[in-house]
Amino acid sequence: MAAPMLRWGCRGRRWAFARVDGGSCHRRGAPTGSTSNRIRGQSSVAQQPLHTAQKPRKGEHKWAAVVGLEIHAQISSNSKLFSGSQVRFSAPPNSLVSFFDASLPGTLPVLNRRCVEAAVMTGLALNCHINKKSLFDRKHYFYADLPAGYQITQQRLPIAVNGSLIYGVCAGKKQSQVIPKMVRIKQIQLEQDSGKSLHDDLRSQTLIDLNRAEGQLRVDANISVHHPGEPLGVRTEVKNLNSIRFLAKAIDYEIQRQINELENGGEILNETRSFHQKLGCTMSMRDKEGKQDYRFMPEPNLPPLVLYDATSLPAGADPQQVINIDQIRETLPELPSVTREKLVQQYGMLLEHSFTLLNEVGLLEFFQNVIKETRAEPKKVTSWVLNTFLGYLKQQNLAVSESPVTPSALAELLDLLDSRTISSSAAKQVFKELWKREGKTPGQIVSEKQLELMQDQGALEQLCHSVMEAHPQVVMDVKKGNPRAVNKLIGLVRKATQSRADPVMIKEILEKKMSL
Amino acid sequence: MLGRTLREVSAALKQGQITPTELCQKCLSLIKKTKFLNAYITVSEEVALKQAEESEKRYKNGQSLGDLDGIPIAVKDNFSTSGIETTCASNMLKGYIPPYNATVVQKLLDQGALLMGKTNLDEFAMGSGSTDGVFGPVKNPWSYSKQYREKRKQNPHSKNEDSDWLITGGSSGGSAAAVSAFTCYAALGSDTGGSTRNPAAHCGLVGFKPSYGLVSRHGLIPLVNSMDVPGILTRCVDDAAIVLGALAGPDPRDSTTVHDPINKPFMLPSLADVSKLCIGIPKEYLVPELSSEVQSLWSKAADLFESEGAKVIEVSLPHTSYSIVCYHVLCTSEVASNMARFDGLQYGHRCDIDVSTEAMYAATRREGFNDVVRGRILSGNYFLLKENYENYFVKAQKVRRLIANDFVNVFNSGVDVLLTPTTLSEAVPYLEFIKEDNRTRSSQDDIFTQAVNMAGLPAVSIPVALSNQGLPIGLQFIGRAFCDQQLLTVAKWFEKQVMHVLCKKGEKEKHYKRKKITCHLTIHKSEGPVVSSHSMT
Repeated sequence: MAAPMLRWGCRGRRWAFARVDGGSCHRRGAPTGSTSNRIRGQSSVAQQPLHTAQKPRKGEHKWAAVVGLEIHAQISSNSKLFSGSQVRFSAPPNSLVSFFDASLPGTLPVLNRRCVEAAVMTGLALNCHINKKSLFDRKHYFYADLPAGYQITQQRLPIAVNGSLIYGVCAGKKQSQVIPKMVRIKQIQLEQDSGKSLHDDLRSQTLIDLNRAEGQLRVDANISVHHPGEPLGVRTEVKNLNSIRFLAKAIDYEIQRQINELENGGEILNETRSFHQKLGCTMSMRDKEGKQDYRFMPEPNLPPLVLYDATSLPAGADPQQVINIDQIRETLPELPSVTREKLVQQYGMLLEHSFTLLNEVGLLEFFQNVIKETRAEPKKVTSWVLNTFLGYLKQQNLAVSESPVTPSALAELLDLLDSRTISSSAAKQVFKELWKREGKTPGQIVSEKQLELMQDQGALEQLCHSVMEAHPQVVMDVKKGNPRAVNKLIGLVRKATQSRADPVMIKEILEKKMSL
Repeated sequence: MLGRTLREVSAALKQGQITPTELCQKCLSLIKKTKFLNAYITVSEEVALKQAEESEKRYKNGQSLGDLDGIPIAVKDNFSTSGIETTCASNMLKGYIPPYNATVVQKLLDQGALLMGKTNLDEFAMGSGSTDGVFGPVKNPWSYSKQYREKRKQNPHSKNEDSDWLITGGSSGGSAAAVSAFTCYAALGSDTGGSTRNPAAHCGLVGFKPSYGLVSRHGLIPLVNSMDVPGILTRCVDDAAIVLGALAGPDPRDSTTVHDPINKPFMLPSLADVSKLCIGIPKEYLVPELSSEVQSLWSKAADLFESEGAKVIEVSLPHTSYSIVCYHVLCTSEVASNMARFDGLQYGHRCDIDVSTEAMYAATRREGFNDVVRGRILSGNYFLLKENYENYFVKAQKVRRLIANDFVNVFNSGVDVLLTPTTLSEAVPYLEFIKEDNRTRSSQDDIFTQAVNMAGLPAVSIPVALSNQGLPIGLQFIGRAFCDQQLLTVAKWFEKQVMHVLCKKGEKEKHYKRKKITCHLTIHKSEGPVVSSHSMT
């Protein structure tokens, strides 16, 4: 949910994350209410400032920026957080709306078990403390796409708190060095989504879609600057950032704007701002009504959410009625940081290569399948998967799952290379053939195209002999001690073999013949 | 036939003495005759006749669905009914036709009950008189009883007959009037602070408030979610138990319903012996405003238990006096929240103003809600403001806990059931009632009933006797949480005793003279016959 969001900070930026929430929203130009349609999980990170200033320029005061993120991410579930109606991407507007979703009088929320499990799993993955008891609250404001007039969220006692996530920041000359960083997570909360408003300015109409959520991720960033050692500055909130690129731009802009404002004797208002994508700047949303009071109160229709672990699980409890944290922990897949560490240790891979392997969906599995089936060295496999294979994918904008080359085919190809059956350039040629999806195995391609290395020592010696005879001048150059002349001879022999001979072998023969 | 109890008419249906259609038509006819009571907002004649027809088929085929098959019932107009307008007696929901049935409505229909119509109430159930709905006040059928009319004639001050009519109490006054006027055999009310028990007492009915969590609220348009329960109005305790049996149980659509298995059906044993019972008399309920008649009946009832061998003790519920003010904060806060959805966008009333969404909201809500509702919304929003939340809402919640603990302590001390008045007095005339505003009336009228909702306990009002004015008076029993069956069993025993004992006036006086006065309650002479069917003029 939130994890992919947090892996962005890779330009040597050094801000502290304050809060990170999960959930999503499609509403732009909404009032200050941070609301989102449909189901959402929230997480957030500690508010404490990290005194990590941006690098001061010459002659400037040293400023420190404090940034907190509220990330809204949709939970992958079949039905909504509080109703049985389906969640489906790009369904026709208002086609997936239950009576509860429409807030018909008398309807009541019923918590979706799958969403709770997802929230617990997210909490565990982010090293959070899972609250055995959490509560739901109502957050009130009037907006056309909020049919109940309130949103059900977890304000007072959320499902998970106090987590952390280690991520890598690229640094160094070529951004090739990865520095591990930690972000603290304040809380993860389950939150209902609002609907989606579609404004028709021409007819001055607003259309409401109560289907809610469509897989979008939304981030609100809280930003302030201060001098280290002094109290925190007044913060602004930049709302509805829906891409990591814009998030970074908005934060950069807002930090600089605040610094400029303060250095010119201005002051920062505690306000909500929006990010203008084309102009690349943030603007005050000028909320007419001033500061909203959400009038939080406990949601009376949902009892406290109680979770169990192996020790607190009541005897004879119906597994359908209880959620066992330990059981979810067991189903937790290996976390990316652990996997990366293993890759580095097991295969001697560079840390940045492990990041690349994990960042591309399916790539790690592809890599592991190749490793399983080939005798080739892991380093060779890494190089082929990350350079050749990934290069072809990127070039054609394909996902790993759409690749024409299977892990087995690549493994077979690497075996041929490893056993010196083919040369590395022949291997590239075979790979190119494999990409054409003609259903041939590497072995078939090699024999059809006669790409095998010449293993016949006698024949190769004969060839070398012929080449030497045909180029006495070059032989002379070699004997005079010109080292590049040997390479020329090797090239000539290889050409004669249609690149099928191993240059190392050729070199050995030539050197022997010239008694070097 | 119409004056019978549900159980009796159910037997008549089973024996073929009457068919569901005949019974339905009789009720419909009486509904028309008693239209002046204003008990019903909507009479679902066609639906009822269709249901009666189907019920009749089942009886003919020997496939009756049980005690409720073919029984005419009415439902308060704050329960969602599929395809039938549901207004909450508010302009805001005029014309709103829900697409679904409340769980309790569905359960009654599944048992074969006939839905005669939707009954009148105070707007969104906010009131204690059934006088503050957009469709006008409900008139108490007892206003037109022989007993009351005769007493009024003796009073030289009584003016023309029609101005003397009495309120039903509320907010489920329409449901109470409907059962009391014999237009149906049972009705659903809702009970947030006494809204079922209060009109039951004023209309001479059994009014039962189940434990919170025993009966689903899904489809009940909420007043205070944490206190609302569907209530049952019937002519006797056994009937209430039959209806409860049909309604009780967990509902996947209401997460506050309780999953622990409850004994079903709610068959009530006939208690032969009360000697093992301990009845608590809360001393805080003896308030100066309590009418002497009610006080007298209360003390007689206590004596009755004692004379039959029960242990009757005075108990204390020390936080009772804070209940009303605490309720005011919690109720208005939830009201402010619950009413937020009525914005004119999706359903119900919408004003003509369209300059902006905000202007539309404001005008819609101004036109849609009455002063009482708007006043509570304003108060509630004030209490929920960030700066006030701790001082009001949180404090009120703490007080609520203290009130609930009062009951826990009393029940832990060995008390089985508490015996209290239901109301301060008998029903008052409408003209008298409206001299005070809704808020004053609600806080006065709920004082004996409202703490029970804070604690989520089951409680039942039982008619005890007629007052000097010839009007019914009820007493309330309060039970342990989820001991609804025990509570009704005691109530049933008491009901039988008052029928038996209070009817024999001479004996009764002797009987009471023998007893020692308990709990500082004064005993007065008994005032009249126990409630029996009254005749309509």
